[in-house]
Parts: sequence; structure tokens; C-alpha cells
Amino acid sequence: MAEVVLETRGISKAFGALKASQDISLDLRKGEIHAIIGPNGAGKSTLIAQICGTLQPDAGAVLLEGQDVTGWPARARATAGLGRTFQISQLAMEDSVRENVLLGALGARGTPWSFWKSAKADAALTERAEAALERVKLMEQADVKTAELSHGQRRQLEVAVALTLQPKAFVMDEPMAGMGAGGSKRLTGFLDELRAEAPILLVEHDMDAVFALADRISVLVYGQIIATGTVDEIRGDPQVQAAYLGEEA
Amino acid sequence: MIPERLLNALILLGLIAVPAWALWADEPFTITLATRAVILALAAVGLNIALGIGGLVSLGHATFFGIGGYAMGILAFHAQSYTALEIGPLTLEGTKSMPVIWAVAVVFSALAAWGIGLLSLRTSGVYFIMITLAFGQMFFYFAISWSTYGGEDGLSIYLRNGFPGLNTLDPIQFFGLCFAILCAVLFAKARLMASPFGLALNAARQVPGRVEAVGLNPQRLKLVAFILSGAITGLAGALFADLNRFVSPTMFSWQFSGEIMILVILGGVARLFGPVMGAVAFVMLEHWLGGLTEFWHIALGAILLGIVLFARGGLIGILTGKGAAHG
Repeated sequence: MAEVVLETRGISKAFGALKASQDISLDLRKGEIHAIIGPNGAGKSTLIAQICGTLQPDAGAVLLEGQDVTGWPARARATAGLGRTFQISQLAMEDSVRENVLLGALGARGTPWSFWKSAKADAALTERAEAALERVKLMEQADVKTAELSHGQRRQLEVAVALTLQPKAFVMDEPMAGMGAGGSKRLTGFLDELRAEAPILLVEHDMDAVFALADRISVLVYGQIIATGTVDEIRGDPQVQAAYLGEEA
Repeated sequence: MIPERLLNALILLGLIAVPAWALWADEPFTITLATRAVILALAAVGLNIALGIGGLVSLGHATFFGIGGYAMGILAFHAQSYTALEIGPLTLEGTKSMPVIWAVAVVFSALAAWGIGLLSLRTSGVYFIMITLAFGQMFFYFAISWSTYGGEDGLSIYLRNGFPGLNTLDPIQFFGLCFAILCAVLFAKARLMASPFGLALNAARQVPGRVEAVGLNPQRLKLVAFILSGAITGLAGALFADLNRFVSPTMFSWQFSGEIMILVILGGVARLFGPVMGAVAFVMLEHWLGGLTEFWHIALGAILLGIVLFARGGLIGILTGKGAAHG
């Protein structure tokens, strides 16, 4: 079995009577894409928030490369090698595309405490930032104000910012959300290659993308993982069909 | 529409030309007005680091202005009365040297900003506004009750403090000194805005979650911005006290906090020269309209309302034809 990079051990989270996460254990192994699917309100976003450190679980642990990071703030997890993309783009809309990836490069460097030298004249920062833009094919839009990008381009930029961190594991919350068929297909191709660099924990609604990409799929329903397996196993699982895929399968 | 760089150059040129004309026409009061505009601009440039880039709506910046003012007042008071300044076991002498006074003003306002920022940055939005206001009021009432240094009546300093090689009592020389400081601070701020710190702070205002997700601490970025901001406003306070040769608790008043915020909004939030434009316009309005009627604040209010409703980019935004630098 390939080396485990990211792992949750029995994490639980309740909001009052609502059990958003119940004893969730899953792992992400080197070289794979592990998709998490589930109907709306299944607790996918809550799970992601606990993995990335914006929400503390009531019980259980999150491990990154074997290290317990449960009590760590989100920024420490990012520094330790967790690169995330947001479901709703978290981009500095008033700034240029380049400035957004420069921020990522700055995060990778680990210190923003430079007050005099221009960020754009900093060769190391610029190289890292532009390399990420090249990879998602946004180099031509580098100097465009982010607010002027199309929705699909913003999704690409979202991935580019995570790339600048050169993380050990990616956590992507619906990277294809709202993308057109063409953009979705291109991004699918890109993620397919990306898994060789760092494994991806992928929350996605686009089933075509999930079935095309995932090495393993976990199905989350009412805060519980009801099944984990390969694409074929999940497709054939009667429990999953009943709970989630319904007539679709 | 004027390109922004040209407009900035014109503002600076105007700030030189008016006192130069006043010198030639022997109108020292106009030079004093120009100096007042330059010092208020400096205070507002300071506020604009927190407000414009950091998005921190501080209604307590008079605190730092007042600390700068009292740094000058206290040091000069001990120097002119030949009394020792005793702080606990330390016995210090007062001073009439501007560079020393400035250094003290900057250090103490930075320290205050650090303490206030540390506590108030735990909140945001309306609570941040209220907590900064509360700190301002604390300092205000402390100054009022501090009878050693004049309490409510404030402190008069008979002679303007000195700067090596200059006769600071000559209005045009003092103006030149203040103007040089403003230019230096504007230059430093322009560098700051383009620096990695500026970039990160700018993002921390817009998307703190993203800044956190790349491994940086948005709160710490804002705290450092708040400290830099307070230090610059504190320096302006020391100069302001020297301009008037008088310090009083009104420098700490919340009305003054509001006034510097008005300067920033009037000129244009997050524009490098916004506060300068705002201060110039404010001093001109205060002088001309104030000469016509006691109720000139009504006109100021109307202008401000117009800007907030129709021209978020402030005067700079109107003149350059650009909208708000940000919402």
C-alpha cells in the first residue's frame, strides 16, 4: 500500500443536535485522487474545514505525513504542506491575477516581512508565481484585474494559488463548480497529471469528473462515510445507490 | 481626466508654490495654513495605511496624534522650565531638539498602537470601531486629568523646538521641514504598497481566509500595519504641537479621529495621495468657508455626503476619472 500522506482518525463534529461529522476516518495516499461525494448537506464542507484547520473537531485527529496537526491553525497546516482550494473562490478581486499568485509564492517563502523591495521585482517570488500561472494557462491574463476574469478562469487561478505552495497534499473543494463543459474537461486533464506530484482529496459534484479521475471514492451521507472503494465498487454498491446515486446509476 | 501621477505631481507642486508665493507676498499666515495642511496630510497618510490598505476602520487615531503631541509637550516643557523628568527610578532631562522629540513620539505611539492593536484586532467591523474609539477616550480623559501637564488647559511651549541647521521659527523653514517629512513618508508608503508586505496586507483586507490558507497570519499583518500607521500619525502629532506651540487634550479627542478619517475619505481611500488631497481641500474649506460662516461644517458635511454617495474614489477618484480603488 502506498504511503499515507493525509489522514483523519475518527473525527466528529456536532452543531447542537446536528451531527455534521460522525467518526470519519479516511486517508489520502501518495499518487492518488481520493474523491469525496455526497448529497447536499452531507457534511462535506464541514469535513474539509476540519482537515484544513478552519474548524476544530470535537473528537478525533487529523494527521499530515504522520504528524498530528489537529490543534494547528490553518496557516500552520498550509506551511506544513496542505494546499487547498476553496469552493467559493477566495481571491483578491481588486488585485491582478499575478498579485494573487505572488501571494501564494510569498506564503511558500513563509515570511511577508519585507517592506521596501518591490514584490514584482523579486525574481524568486515572480518565478514561482509565473510557473504556477503557466501551468493553469493563465499567463496571458497575468496583468488582468481578477474581478475581470471569467468564472472558469477564477477557478483555474484558485488552483494556481494552491500550486505556488508546492504542497504535499491538495484539498480541493469543488474545483469544477460552475465551470463550463470545456473548462471542466481541461481541469480534469490537469488534475489527472497533478496527482503524480501530490495526492488530491477532491470534493466534487461533477460525477463525470469524479468517475474519470478518482482512484478511490468515499461516500458521505448525513455526516457518515457509508462506503469507500474504487469507482466500480462504489457504482455497484447498493447502499450507495439507494442513498445517493439514485436513478442516476 | 488627469493621469494619477500627474495629479500627484500637481498636488506636490501646489504645496510648494503656495508657500513660495506667500513668502514673496509676505503673507506668513498662508504659510502657516500650508504647514497645517501638510501636517494633517501626514496624520491622514498614517491612518490610511491602516484604513486604506488594511481595511481597519480606526476611530481612535487621535490617540497616536495626541501621544505625539504630548511627547513634544512634555519634553519641551521640562526643557523650558529646567525641571527634571522623573519616570520611576529614571531621571531624564527635557529637550528642545526636534529629532529627539520625533523619535520619542514615534516610539511611544508605536508602542501604544501595538497594545491597542493587539486587543482591538480580536474584533472586527463595528466592534473594532468602538474599541478604538474607547481607547481614544481613555487617553483623552487621562490627559484632561493629568494636572502636571496642564490638565484641561493644555501646555504652552514658548519657543518652537530646534532642528540642526534650521531656524524653525521662520515659517517657511518649518514648512520646508514638514514638507520634506511628508514627501519622505509618501515615498516610503509607495514602496510599502508595492512590497511583499503591502501585497499580503492588501490580500488580508480582501480575503483573510486565503492569506491564512497560504500559510500567513492575516491578523499579524494587520497588527504591523496598525503599528506603522500609529507611528506616522504620532509623528504628525509632534509636528502639529510644534506648529501651534501648544498641546491640549483636544489632540486626543474623538472629533479629531473623525476629522482625519474625513480627510482620507474626502481625498480618496487607498490612494497614495488621497490623504494629501483631502487635507489640502479640508484646510482650504476650513479657511474660506470658515471665514464666511461659523456653520461651514454643514457645507463640509454635504460634500462628504456627495463623495460617499456618488464618488467613492474621493477627490482623487473624481479628478482622475477612476472609481474607488476598492469598495
